[in-house]
Amino acid sequence: MQSGALRNSCISLYTKVRNGGSVSKTRNRSGSGVLAGGMSKKYDVLVIGGGNAALCAAIAARRGGASVIVLEGAPKFYRGGNTRHTRNMRCAHDAATEILTGPYTEDEFWKDLLLVTGGQTDEELARHMIRESKDILNWIVEQGVRWQPSLGGTLSLGRTNSFFLGGGRAMLNALYFTAEQLGVEIHYDAEVTDLVIEDAMFLAARLKRPIDAVNEIRATSLVAAAGGFEANIEWLKEYWGEAADNFLIRGTPYNRGSILKMLLAKGVQEVGDPTQCHAVAIDARAPKFDGGIITRHDSVVFGIVVNKHAQRFYDEGEDLWPKRYAIWGRLVAAQPDQIAYIIFDSTVVTSFMPTLFPPIAGQTVAELADKLGLDPVALEKTVTDFNAAVRPGTFDHTLLDDCRTEGITPPKTHWARRIETPPYLAYPVRPGITFTYLGTRVTKEARMLMKDGRPSANMFAAGEIMAGNVLGKGYAAGMGMTIGSVFGRIAGQEAAKHARN
Amino acid sequence: MHGTRILDEADRLMTVCNSCRYCEGLCAVFPAMEMRRAFSDGDLNYLANLCHACGACYVDCQFSPPHEFNVNVPKTLAVARAESYAAYAWPRALSGVFARNGLVISVMAALSMAAFILGFVVAHDRDVLFGVHTGPGAFYKLMPHNAMAALFGAAFLYAILALVMSVRAFWRDIGAPIGGRADGGSIFQAIRDAGELRYLHGGGVGCYNEDDRPTDRRKLYHHFTFYGFLLCFAATCVGTLYHYLLGREAPYPWWDLPVVLGTLGGIGLVVGPIGLFVAKRDRDPALLDEGRYGMDVGFIAMLFLTGITGLVLLVLRETAAMGPLLALHLGAVFALFITMPYGKFVHGIYRFTALLRYAQERRRAS
Repeated sequence: MQSGALRNSCISLYTKVRNGGSVSKTRNRSGSGVLAGGMSKKYDVLVIGGGNAALCAAIAARRGGASVIVLEGAPKFYRGGNTRHTRNMRCAHDAATEILTGPYTEDEFWKDLLLVTGGQTDEELARHMIRESKDILNWIVEQGVRWQPSLGGTLSLGRTNSFFLGGGRAMLNALYFTAEQLGVEIHYDAEVTDLVIEDAMFLAARLKRPIDAVNEIRATSLVAAAGGFEANIEWLKEYWGEAADNFLIRGTPYNRGSILKMLLAKGVQEVGDPTQCHAVAIDARAPKFDGGIITRHDSVVFGIVVNKHAQRFYDEGEDLWPKRYAIWGRLVAAQPDQIAYIIFDSTVVTSFMPTLFPPIAGQTVAELADKLGLDPVALEKTVTDFNAAVRPGTFDHTLLDDCRTEGITPPKTHWARRIETPPYLAYPVRPGITFTYLGTRVTKEARMLMKDGRPSANMFAAGEIMAGNVLGKGYAAGMGMTIGSVFGRIAGQEAAKHARN
Repeated sequence: MHGTRILDEADRLMTVCNSCRYCEGLCAVFPAMEMRRAFSDGDLNYLANLCHACGACYVDCQFSPPHEFNVNVPKTLAVARAESYAAYAWPRALSGVFARNGLVISVMAALSMAAFILGFVVAHDRDVLFGVHTGPGAFYKLMPHNAMAALFGAAFLYAILALVMSVRAFWRDIGAPIGGRADGGSIFQAIRDAGELRYLHGGGVGCYNEDDRPTDRRKLYHHFTFYGFLLCFAATCVGTLYHYLLGREAPYPWWDLPVVLGTLGGIGLVVGPIGLFVAKRDRDPALLDEGRYGMDVGFIAMLFLTGITGLVLLVLRETAAMGPLLALHLGAVFALFITMPYGKFVHGIYRFTALLRYAQERRRAS
């Protein structure tokens, strides 16, 4: 994009900054002056995206004295991307709080991160994030978000993770309310179709639909907080092939990664493995998009999991469920037709959280197989072989117990009990993609790095779009929100600082 | 499957909510839901009456409309709640009154007031009806005290009987243990929770009404109304004691206890219902059981009428207008009493009962 073309299409904008209810008009600090088409006024900070990271950035930038506009590509109801479906955040803290049962030190957080990523993380960035997370615990409350103790059925997170009272949408509502009170200008259905970037410098964003007759937004700083590309099936297919057609997307259809794609195409350095994503096994009857948390299944450890040939394919009892639930999306994705079935019997139905979709039931294994569309003979054999391999033991799902199988492949190394009490039950599951890891490389100021290693003067990124800097692979509950809030706030502060200078 | 479409829908929503649980910290409904994996009619009626309609779970829900899961707990439970009033009504023959409640209440109010006016006109000469009566026993020149006490006592006792029978059926249906009595601790907890409207607070920020900005207005106006009602009731009780124990006859001077209580209560019953009516009028229709608008407004109007006629009677009791005003006030109060078991009044009784059950469940669980 040439600057001449930019100027010809440049539209002036008044930046409305509401201070205590009164509307004042701030002058353009960068002094671009009179251009073709009249006075040009622009924003100090443009935030693209509308989730946790975007709102934390907008609020931090506004509190830093900047005029801020937020462009959320989704309609108002679907605002906030994956934040809608979140429920907690993992922050370090040195002592128990009203809602957290004990300390979770920076060091312990770091060790957990190292463990889940297998070392695939940027240590400087990650340690900085963990340090900052301590302060976020209070800062986010100052922005109107309210905490509550961990939800029923999530006791294992009671010490490490703070839960949002009312869930992720309640958190979003609070952040939007605060941002509006502060005078941040927010637009919905505001899809950005192009970014004007010259020499590692952001100049303007083009809009699909004009806002107040303006179809281009100029800003001194850009914060890109527009999430990953998990809802972009075509893009997923580049890495997963046709299998991606069978993926279900746990969040909204608006997480299409278009901003990420533009940034990478315009010279921003990429980070993260494009095939990596957070994927869990969710009910195959869930809607294609936005089924959220309620389509998940916690019953794997209580039964066996078979593929469409009625064959087991992985150790269902490898480790405690909170440590293993996030691998099952990828495991199912690797099975034929990307479908699998959790098979259990009537003795365990109350052992896990109630489910949205009821289990499919059969009085015999063959009848169940028939209802699932599986080969009855094959399923009967799989169940019979499994039952025969179960060794006696003392069942305890809260620890790695001694109920295991012997002589079958794959084994079930814990919580193995015979499946023999009708009705026999099953949940069909498919891969449910939560978010992707491919992103833009950033510094610890959340500043984007260009392909040649130069830091951009005025482009910042926060949230899922840069999560790959911290999470090379793997995941631990609540970390996405930590990345969003911590780097959102940093990006907002840095963007405002840049605009002030 | 349940007996009614609304209970089927409530069951569907509780199944959705029970697999999510994000709203667990907002009020009592969701923790009570989590104590169950399946929901009987009684369970759903219990949860419906536990809901205070603060609207927070609707605003906070990622699955509320236009999402395809179409989760609207406040509206669904509001409809289920209203249907539960009819389902438990005693005698059964009168449960239909809930269906066209606004109409029934207004006809009853009009008939009752008309009857008192007519009664006064028939019973008294013009100069008695429009005369100026002062001093102790002034009211009883228009209606003898014993007649008044007998009529209102009977209406009140009937209302109590009908309410007790209805709540008994509810209490059994919501799974209270057979023969199990509520313990003192649970009763105290329920009185506190009801008295401070603990769950009309959106989890701490207030109640959602016309937009997504929470306020405490509905709670405030409900307090005006409820405590206004209680003060008026206390005024009546004190007056009755004065009459029978101390032999002191109404009207009492303005500084005397029954008048002070009645005046404060009357102000509550005027300010509160106006505030509640405005809040209801402005409320987001998505949260409202619009089919019960008549019932809700009918009850609000009855309380307002009781309060305003009482206050005007107080101000003008030493003028010629006293007779007609007394007829109006007595007519309003009488209509309020006899329609009590068959209108929105019952919401407080059922909700208190649900809160009591909840307090019991919590104690047992901990």
